[in-house]
Amino acid sequence: MTLWQIVIAASIACVLLKIAGYLVPAAVLRKPAPARISELVTVALLAALIAVQTLGSGTGVTLDARVPAVLVAVVLFALRVPFIVVVIAAALVAAGIRALF
Amino acid sequence: MSAQVPADDSDSDAADSDAAGDAAAQELAARALDRVATREGIAVGVATAAYGLSFGALSVASGLTLWQTAFLSLVMFSGGSQFALIGVLAAGGVAAGPSAIAGAALLGTRNGLYGIRTAPIVGRGWLRRFAAAWITIDESTAVALAQPTARSSRRGFWVTGLIVFAGWNLTTFVGGLIGNTLGDTRSYGLDAAAAAVFVGLLWPRLRRRQALVVAVAAFVVATALTPVLAPGLPVLAAALVAVVVGWFNWAGERSVTEPGTEAGTEPGTEAGAEPGTEPGTSPRGSGR
Repeated sequence: MTLWQIVIAASIACVLLKIAGYLVPAAVLRKPAPARISELVTVALLAALIAVQTLGSGTGVTLDARVPAVLVAVVLFALRVPFIVVVIAAALVAAGIRALF
Repeated sequence: MSAQVPADDSDSDAADSDAAGDAAAQELAARALDRVATREGIAVGVATAAYGLSFGALSVASGLTLWQTAFLSLVMFSGGSQFALIGVLAAGGVAAGPSAIAGAALLGTRNGLYGIRTAPIVGRGWLRRFAAAWITIDESTAVALAQPTARSSRRGFWVTGLIVFAGWNLTTFVGGLIGNTLGDTRSYGLDAAAAAVFVGLLWPRLRRRQALVVAVAAFVVATALTPVLAPGLPVLAAALVAVVVGWFNWAGERSVTEPGTEAGTEPGTEAGAEPGTEPGTSPRGSGR
């Protein structure tokens, strides 16, 4: 696969999923399992992406400046600091640590 | 112009005049609600657009061209899926393509669920509904479902969706331009920023014990499998945790009414006006 094929295939898949929502009868939501599984899949994917994005390096796991940055982000989100401020703060923490050490 | 309406009505009988007055008062109230929905949409849209900069910069850093980055924002238009795609590609390159596509699509399924909720409120006509589907994301759904009436829900949906669409495409493009000049994005902490984005997307979804259990398990599974599996696959393996837990409803609260089963789940009704009461389908407005 080329990069363009990946980009286009993934984009079309996401658009089709959105359109599917407008074609599916609303009764689907009355069954608890699909809605519950979908919400939990979202949770699991995001948690896994945090793990990979924070600890992953190639095919290994490392502890570096990203760890304290993400911990700061967790604390700031818990304090209900606005989204964009937290993201910037996390970047600054990681950049600061890397500049110092 | 509108000042002439009561004057014209002054000849008609009192009942008509009252009815006209009621209608005018209702229209004023509806417009006030429209303004609230518009304000919320603008606030959410501007906040979202701001971190499009970080997506654009990270996307080109992960190896995508500026035009591939722009294509993602234009067509995929779903922040979580976009960040997931470039995250997997950054770790595994083109070889991880299938995992990257699967991860992006799996994260995109929630937009389909949102569509079931927003379909009744966006208006008629296939072209309008097609456009609505395109901009059905966390933010537009959250603002729409937070409005008290069907009319203000529609206003909130379109204002939010269109502002986020315009802002996201603009800022991710600018972010891509900046990213091309940055060099090593790690020294700016942009990799940590991407992780923080995922934390922000996850945070509002952790109110229930079951979600918390799944999140911790998924984190552990993805970390443990990263040295073993090809890039991208650990994330997909973690998603299996959710399917199993969700299917058997482990750690779930059985006594609580299941998501989406309450009466009056039509957006714009009382049930729909309380985001967060129906975890299965409720969007979160904190980010994408």
